[in-house]
Amino acid sequence: MSEVLLQVLDLRTQLDMPAGALRAVDGVDLELRQAECFALVGESGCGKSMTALSLLRLLPEAGRIAEGRVLLEGQDLFALPEAAMRAVRGRRVAMIFQEPSTALNPVLTVGRQIAEVIERHTPLAGEAVRRRARELLDSVGIPDAARRVEEYPFQLSGGLKQRVMIAAALAAEPEVLIADEPTTALDVTIQAQILDLLAKLQAERRMAILLITHDLGIVARMAQRVAVMYAGEIVETAARSDFFRAPQHPYSQKLFDALPTPQKRGGQLSVIAGQVPQLNAQFRGCRFAERCELAFQRCRDEAPQLIALPGGAARVRCHLREQGAAPERRAAAAPLPADAQAAGASEPVLAEVEDLKVHFPIRKGLLKRTVGQVKAVDGVSLAVRAGRTLALVGESGCGKTTVGKAMLRLLPPSAGKVAFDGADLASLPRSELRARRRAMQIIFQDPYASLNPRMRVADVLAEGMRSLGVGRDETDRQRRMAALLEQVGLPPETLARYPHEFSGGQRQRIAIARALAVEPKLIVCDEPTSALDVSVQAQILNLLKSLQERLGIAYLFITHNISIVEFLAHEVAVMYLGRIVERGTVEEVLGDPKHPYTEALLSAVPMVDGERSIIRLSGELPSPANPPAGCHFHPRCPKATPECRQDYPQAVALGRGRSVSCILYRSSKAESSS
Amino acid sequence: MLFPLASDYLVWLLVAALASFAYYCSRNPHLAAPWARVFRSRAAVASAVVLAFFVGVGLLDSVHYRPRLPATDPAAPPVYSVEVRSLLDLALTRLRTRLEITYSAPLATRLLQKERIERPDGTSVRDYPRLRFGGQHLKDEADLSQDVALRIVAGLALAAAVWSLVVLAGRRTLARRWPFVPWDAAAIALAALLALAGPVAMLAAGYHVLGTNQVGSDVLYQALKSIRISLVIGTLTTLVLLPLGIAAGITAGYFKGWLDDAVQYVYTTLNSIPGVLLIAASVLMVQVYIDTHPELFPTSAQRADFRLLSLCAILGAVDWTGLARLLRGETLKLAQLDYIEAAHAFGVSHVRILTRHILPNVTHIVVITLVLSFSGLVLAEAVLSYIGVGVDPSTISFGTMINAARLEMAREPMVWWSLAAAFVFMFALVLAANLFADAVRDGFDPRVRV
Amino acid sequence: MLAYIVRRTLYAIPILVGINLFTFALFFLVNTPDDMARMQLGVKRVTPEAIQKWKADRGYDKPLLYNAGQDGVRSVSETIFFEKSLKLFAFDFGRAEDNRDIANEIRTRMGPSLALAVPVFLVGLAVNITFALGMAFFRATYLDFWGVILCVAMMSISSLFYIIGGQYLISKLWHLAPISGYEGGLDALKFLVMPVIIGIISSFGGSARFYRTVFLEEMGKDYVRTARAKGLAESVVMFRHVLKNGLIPVLTGVVVVIPTLFLGSLISESFFGIPGLGSYTIDAIQAQDFAVVRSMVFIGSALYIVGLLLTDISYTMVDPRVRFG
Repeated sequence: MSEVLLQVLDLRTQLDMPAGALRAVDGVDLELRQAECFALVGESGCGKSMTALSLLRLLPEAGRIAEGRVLLEGQDLFALPEAAMRAVRGRRVAMIFQEPSTALNPVLTVGRQIAEVIERHTPLAGEAVRRRARELLDSVGIPDAARRVEEYPFQLSGGLKQRVMIAAALAAEPEVLIADEPTTALDVTIQAQILDLLAKLQAERRMAILLITHDLGIVARMAQRVAVMYAGEIVETAARSDFFRAPQHPYSQKLFDALPTPQKRGGQLSVIAGQVPQLNAQFRGCRFAERCELAFQRCRDEAPQLIALPGGAARVRCHLREQGAAPERRAAAAPLPADAQAAGASEPVLAEVEDLKVHFPIRKGLLKRTVGQVKAVDGVSLAVRAGRTLALVGESGCGKTTVGKAMLRLLPPSAGKVAFDGADLASLPRSELRARRRAMQIIFQDPYASLNPRMRVADVLAEGMRSLGVGRDETDRQRRMAALLEQVGLPPETLARYPHEFSGGQRQRIAIARALAVEPKLIVCDEPTSALDVSVQAQILNLLKSLQERLGIAYLFITHNISIVEFLAHEVAVMYLGRIVERGTVEEVLGDPKHPYTEALLSAVPMVDGERSIIRLSGELPSPANPPAGCHFHPRCPKATPECRQDYPQAVALGRGRSVSCILYRSSKAESSS
Repeated sequence: MLFPLASDYLVWLLVAALASFAYYCSRNPHLAAPWARVFRSRAAVASAVVLAFFVGVGLLDSVHYRPRLPATDPAAPPVYSVEVRSLLDLALTRLRTRLEITYSAPLATRLLQKERIERPDGTSVRDYPRLRFGGQHLKDEADLSQDVALRIVAGLALAAAVWSLVVLAGRRTLARRWPFVPWDAAAIALAALLALAGPVAMLAAGYHVLGTNQVGSDVLYQALKSIRISLVIGTLTTLVLLPLGIAAGITAGYFKGWLDDAVQYVYTTLNSIPGVLLIAASVLMVQVYIDTHPELFPTSAQRADFRLLSLCAILGAVDWTGLARLLRGETLKLAQLDYIEAAHAFGVSHVRILTRHILPNVTHIVVITLVLSFSGLVLAEAVLSYIGVGVDPSTISFGTMINAARLEMAREPMVWWSLAAAFVFMFALVLAANLFADAVRDGFDPRVRV
Repeated sequence: MLAYIVRRTLYAIPILVGINLFTFALFFLVNTPDDMARMQLGVKRVTPEAIQKWKADRGYDKPLLYNAGQDGVRSVSETIFFEKSLKLFAFDFGRAEDNRDIANEIRTRMGPSLALAVPVFLVGLAVNITFALGMAFFRATYLDFWGVILCVAMMSISSLFYIIGGQYLISKLWHLAPISGYEGGLDALKFLVMPVIIGIISSFGGSARFYRTVFLEEMGKDYVRTARAKGLAESVVMFRHVLKNGLIPVLTGVVVVIPTLFLGSLISESFFGIPGLGSYTIDAIQAQDFAVVRSMVFIGSALYIVGLLLTDISYTMVDPRVRFG
């Protein structure tokens, strides 16, 4: 076993809030060894980021380190004067952050921002610094580094910015790299690139990485050892393989159970009841006891210690484990089960979108002449069946949200049809459209932006009913609202409250109730769980699923998360740069992807279980204002041929409801048509 | 006979509007909570007490009447003076009517300058003549310091008595109703205020506490009279500023397109004209109107009042651009938010979206802008009146006081009290307003830059 | 970038036209020239002949917009709008009440105005930014706390008192500088020292506090945390990162006033007897010399628009997003 590089002993960090001191980190011990990647996992608010910031003494103004020691090769960082600490930051311990678009200074060139680390921590000067900066950009895989050093952050895409952050962090060859959710703001294909890069650099430089993440898939991909944080404490640490084979703490187990997977399709996801406790409270027993199904009296009276499990390096904070290790998790690498509800394919089509286009003009010049079009949606056709879920999948910027909004005429379609209930919503005049709005509703991604903070929940729910004339009178609406709240699992007193009194998951329930209030037949779900933690996501997914079963609502489910598609959807359409490249049932598309982009997208998703060979996609999503000629995907496609540059390939039908737009399948079209 | 001026109506309208806004705030947690944060600040509570004093004086000065003239014939219908007075004038009758001949220093018993005095025996000497009113009650002028000390002590005793009464009465009710407010800060501010007001009141009964000006009028009286003008300018301006700023700002931000272009064009154009020049030109035009239409203004008070209101309107018409720009920006952001989209998905009308979704979410900006603009307007009045494009020269205001006194510093002996009085009163008012505004900004939204 | 500047310049034209129309409406439509004449001559004892003469002397006897008595081009050019408003574009301001040429007057008075306004602007900016950076650097300490209190107190004092108090202290009590007056050449220095100092002091409170807010806001940004994580010293973080970003909002308020420095300062020029454009304007306002006020409104607006342009250009220098975007 390699030697310990960084040791954290009994770290306690407090945040001074108006409501009292918040114990964000409360007695954390951990060890980071040379050349290892150590993952600190937990849901939002568990204290993992505060732990990282404490190590470098970079806490926000309200934060302070109350207790503890951080030993870097035996030297206590908390005992250092600030000036000496500055010599550690960036030189021995470097850090990269979640949001590359705000973490870089917008008015300095990227070269300058890398150079200042070199100048600060190495004897290099002048031209040598510039050369080194270029080398660094090269080494993090930024093409055309000589030109890029002179550019400003806003000229780079999110993935490139994160590479610049990494280059700056590595400039002084630190021994430890702290990466705080380094890929959370990035798309899955870009995430795969960045994770590759980190793994490669770590191997080359024998650097230790403290990886902070909420994504178990990333842990599985990157880490050698894992620690799980909950409510300011570490509840479990283990080697990666042990952790994934048999998570010991009930919370860790629940995290796995809450993940949507294809195997759980038929049923409900396991959820964690309740919420993370307030960290300004005093705890007597186990912090997870309130939410733990296995809790017994002792859990509430006595706080458990981290105890070492026999026969391994794992340690866990749970009374139950005194009786021995937990059993292995049910391995779940079985193939996709055949859809028991295949009959659903014969349900009538509820909404049919035909060749929908949404173009936004680019205006320039004094007279705001239109000089081009951003083809956000460029000829999308799809069909949603009654009571079924169609998932629309793609990376950010591919136009999937625009499709959803254009279907509801929240954005004006430029061309195409939206056939719904015998009318074309895309061309209906505003007055007639209003009468049809009842049938189609929407749920948004950000539960904090989707509810007016100035309206009581009752007014939120009543707004649509009043506007669209649902319910006979106010008393009828009151009765309906009570029923709605029960349907989404909220107590009746919710009505008199304001949105800010609720957590993200509860807000999303309110948003769902608002949509249900007008009894729609179709709900467009625009990434409704991507702002939520895994355990809360499970609750919302369960709710959506049971609502569909009970009320027969159809969903157009817009997401970038493949595992949700596997769990929830019946059919799927994959979008790339404003067009659908492949569609079919979930079993067909996810089990046997045909389009090279679908294959790559699927392979890039980090998996909790099992290994998957990843198809590396080079480059990034091109601009929809100026899409590549021919097949939009060809510049990134590993299977591209010169022919791909000619024309955009027509959709090829591969059986009932299944189609793909790729020249590779032209021959099969010929077969199927003959 | 009650004789309300146009500005009186507007002042009381504003009081009513503020009262209903306060009620509205108390019913809406999203407004009640920031106000609670504001009144958690000790500085805000203390300055609120000071502001309450100024507002009280200003409101007293906003009830005008025309006194009935003593009837020569009891049978004749009552005849009213053309002079318009206010309740404040009534309360300060002694200060108002006891005119000296010219300058006298604070608490003086004699004029500032020597004059030829006829002796009873027929000879005359040059000496400082006794004041007609100030210190007249003193038998021997040597008793002056003793009398002053006595009055101060009595004033302090009175202040202490009033203070104890208020604190005792207030502690129970207020502290129970709003336990989070630092009432001790209010008590301290009140104590300081009373400790000044008590002795001043006792002294004012016998002396000119702040001296007299060139025409022998009491400076304390002038300073107190100036308060209403400052408050009116600082608040009534909002009656013009608010509707313009809100309407232009949120419709431009919400509807975008040509409406936005038009609003932006108008406010860039207005903004381009240097504020003082625009105000000066407009006031000059108003003055031309007043001078050429004397028939519209039967009393001088009405003429002055018209000029005051015009000044408010002009200041409001110049100042709304700032609010409109802020609201436009915020509305642009809000209009992108999902809850607005959700409202569109329900087919909610534009008017309803503007009133139910946009307006409540920009209220904090409106409140902050108004509170922050108050002190600027008070300061602007002084400068504009100094240039001669402020209030009517016959109106007593801080600006006209300073204008009248600007050459007095060069006199020998120096006359400093008019300026000092204007300075102290203005400083207290503006400082209190600034501190309060700071707390309001912190309570509502510290990120808003106005 | 050149296209950007050209576009902004073209955008200024409709605004200038708008201002021209607005001043025309304000000066000739709100009140008719007859009203102005009546007021200037004294409302009570005025004869129609006197009004006619007053108007003829000043060229206000023409129709407002369209002269039916003239043919062709002259039907438009022989009007008040053409003579008094459109000619402003050609910097033809006409004559003041004392019959002097306004344009000429403006040329000679610009110098003294600039001599006062430029040092106040430059030194004041440096002082305010330095203090603001200092307060931001020592944020949440007593230094910052009392600094803010000082700023709030100073911004609560009317500028008139700064001038009056300054004149009293510096000239009358300490005899350090003449109380007012002006001479050309180097002698101007001794007359300018006091007004400059007072000008700086009276702008200090509000500006320093505003800049402090701006800098503090920048210091809360993510990139500052990144800079600290690199091990940079706090002074480097302040000067290289915070200052440069904070300058963007600061510029908005600062650059725009640079051209209007020509106008001088209304109040201090008249108090200190400096023969600049500020005191010229004040005198015109007090004498109700409409021609001068109208000219100054137009010049002031035109300079402000130039300021807006300079602001746009200065953005391209500090903000790469504008330069390349």
